[in-house]
Amino acid sequence: MASSNDLTAAIAVTRFGLGARPGEIAEVTADPGRWLSSQIRPAEGAEQPQQDPELASTRIKAFRVYQVDRRMARDGGETPADRDPVQIAARMLREGTAVDFLARARLAATTKQGFRERWALFWANHFTVSAVKLITATVAGPFEQEAIRPRVFGRFEDLLVASSAHPAMLLYLDQAQSVGPRSQAAAFLRRRPMPGIGGGLNENLAREILELHTVGVDAGYSQEDVTEFARALTGWSVGGQREVADQQGEYVFRANIHEPGARTVMGKTYKADDVGQAAAILKDLAAHPKTARHISWKIARHFVADDPPPSLAARIEAAWIASGGHLTRVAEALISAPEAWDPAPRKLKTPYEFLISSWRAIGGQPGAIEHISPPLRSMGMQAFSPPSPKGWSDEAVTWAAPDAIIKRMTWAEGFSAIVAGELDTNATAAAALGPRLTEPVRLAVARAESRQEALSILLMSPEFQRR
Amino acid sequence: MTRSDPTRRSLLAAAGGLGLSVSFLGRAAFADDGLAKKNLITIVARGGMDGLSVSPPVGDPDYASLRGRIAIPAGEALPLDSTFGLHPALAGVHALALKGQARIAPAIASPDRARSHFEAQDVLESGGAKVYGTASGFLNRALTAAGGRRVEALSVGATAPLILRGPVQTASWSPGPTGEGSPRLPGILADLYAGDPLLGPALASGLATEAMAATAQGGMPAMAPPTPGQPSGAGVQGFIRQGQAVARSLGKTVAGFMTQANGPQIVAVSVDGWDTHANQGAAQGQLATRLLYLDALITGLNEGLGEAWRDTVVVVATEFGRTARVNGTGGTDHGTGSTALLLGGSLKRGGIIGDWPTLRADALFEARDTRPTLDMRGLFKGVLADHLGLDRAALDAAVFPDSAGVRAVEGLI
Repeated sequence: MASSNDLTAAIAVTRFGLGARPGEIAEVTADPGRWLSSQIRPAEGAEQPQQDPELASTRIKAFRVYQVDRRMARDGGETPADRDPVQIAARMLREGTAVDFLARARLAATTKQGFRERWALFWANHFTVSAVKLITATVAGPFEQEAIRPRVFGRFEDLLVASSAHPAMLLYLDQAQSVGPRSQAAAFLRRRPMPGIGGGLNENLAREILELHTVGVDAGYSQEDVTEFARALTGWSVGGQREVADQQGEYVFRANIHEPGARTVMGKTYKADDVGQAAAILKDLAAHPKTARHISWKIARHFVADDPPPSLAARIEAAWIASGGHLTRVAEALISAPEAWDPAPRKLKTPYEFLISSWRAIGGQPGAIEHISPPLRSMGMQAFSPPSPKGWSDEAVTWAAPDAIIKRMTWAEGFSAIVAGELDTNATAAAALGPRLTEPVRLAVARAESRQEALSILLMSPEFQRR
Repeated sequence: MTRSDPTRRSLLAAAGGLGLSVSFLGRAAFADDGLAKKNLITIVARGGMDGLSVSPPVGDPDYASLRGRIAIPAGEALPLDSTFGLHPALAGVHALALKGQARIAPAIASPDRARSHFEAQDVLESGGAKVYGTASGFLNRALTAAGGRRVEALSVGATAPLILRGPVQTASWSPGPTGEGSPRLPGILADLYAGDPLLGPALASGLATEAMAATAQGGMPAMAPPTPGQPSGAGVQGFIRQGQAVARSLGKTVAGFMTQANGPQIVAVSVDGWDTHANQGAAQGQLATRLLYLDALITGLNEGLGEAWRDTVVVVATEFGRTARVNGTGGTDHGTGSTALLLGGSLKRGGIIGDWPTLRADALFEARDTRPTLDMRGLFKGVLADHLGLDRAALDAAVFPDSAGVRAVEGLI
């Protein structure tokens, strides 16, 4: 660890947390290690942005109604004025997605447990559900809340199963409609084809579980392994309007679209066992040493450096293997690794981390979705919308494009114009960075022409841009 | 982009020592050898663009049966030759094709065969022979290979694409608000970033581009992606029209950068949303909408470049194609060969680029995908050599490492 407790506290709050609120570094200085470790809560998981949120199943049911209206509108039928599909879609985004995202940003801006939140954000990004389709936009927030946050300090296997079986993931990666070609339903469809209903496999989820969520792309699996896993996953679906009420919008296993027979994935044969077959494959993937290696390295890269010290990744991996993938042990390994405390900040903040830490620095929080969604979009990080299932990039080269730095500067100036008011910006700078504040930046802040300019300089300073 | 602030910008150059005049010297530096006028625009279609829908081989006897309900009907494809047509959404591209200014490479692929988006995009954009073989983008290395000449490059989008990343600092730009804040701030930051290898060059380049953007956009209204809740017309069709208008004006703006005296010659644009695993549609639908946007972007570039279109080549490339068969959910899964589009005013007239392997069962790659007959690197080599005058030895070794065995496609330009 670093020599002075002050510096250690500043690193704890900015590198492992979401940036310092006024006074936070001083509070943490007494025991930075304890501050971090006390945030690891195996029983409770992460904090929840909303206390009584709308469930994914409720959102999915509403979406099904919307789909029917949209089809009617498209077929030239009349929809009542209050059920115009475009209006309804806009409302779903405004009253669903935007509310979820704002709640999450406000939690991040105000929490006293910044590491706990960062850890949750890491896993939400690892198991990305992107708002690229309207349906996934409405369930991205509930997915995080229901599948990810409760389990981020539990066993990785449980997190993997919860993510893979959540309706949001099944819809995002097209699993819900994947049909085993030799299933009962496929045979039925061959005899009596129905317009608009296929009868075949979709391998999207199977591939991304292997490539992104578990063993990684270089683990040596083949196209046939992907296809076999996809066959095993058939039947993992989402209850539709014909299901009984309490299954609508929920995970269901449909035996009649499940591909019968044994499957072989990465050299191991799994006997026919309905839902149990893919569950057994997931269990083995979770326990695979390549999974431990792949994700341990990702954790090191996310928290410490784009190109993390191999010894750091190795420590995390060792804790992963020794604990059978218990994420409490994995988190403890990260925060206790000496390599993680190198005083040089090597990570450029993502746009989300930059905005959140700016609010924290002034002791504020975003009051409306308009305060956070447009700037994130302009910086290339649209709310809940990673460009692919791989999630947001964790590398500075992605975020430091010249245009993105201009967008950060423009936002910092606008933000400062609104919030700098009567702020003692010298104190703000000291409190936001503690001993990480360098002399040139301290001087530039002190010599600024206005509070607005001073705060802009602080937020755009090299040390505030990094963590 | 809203209003420009010449006061701030004119102060920038002096205050920060940012060398605005240096950053975009490009064209002027070698205006005498004719190559200074040449433009190359690369459009990377991310997600795996379905070549069999972009340029449907409606004359291939196996096409309709493999594709089922997502086949583009022969009568609706815009005809190219006896085998191929273009998707009906690509009307602008088709008009260029009729003038000999657009061609297709219908069975092309990068050397990667893993069917992973991320691996395949890495290989496509790095120009490596295998994944993670090289950390920079091949267009960045092409800038170096241009030798003593200084060529400027610009990426369009909020994040930096790999294809242009590397040792040569390149510019980037995306539509969106820029400010009129303190005229002092950029200079102060430039000082604070002086020793910062990441933020320093990025800020300098960004400020230079910001100044240029004001000119490029002229009096055009501010652009933003279409947002639900503010439709310009009725219903879904209104969104699509709005999206087309945005794409077209983006094309014109990019052209506006390129036609300025010191503007970039090499531009990379990313277009997302091609991963059509489910309900991709046929002549209309999800994929058709993406293609309408792509067509509008190309049309905007063509219109905006005006006379300079004569000296421009546009390549549309994707990381892989999609399965030849429709899948169980009205979409297609990750495949191998796809279509690249080659456009521009200086193309030689010609048929398809590369051979068509057909869709016969025994011709499909691994019994599922369009078999690639042409290496993507060969297409880019041909363009970089004949259009931008890059040295062939540099292309074989530095721009595309270990690729001496991949021949440049001849006679395109």
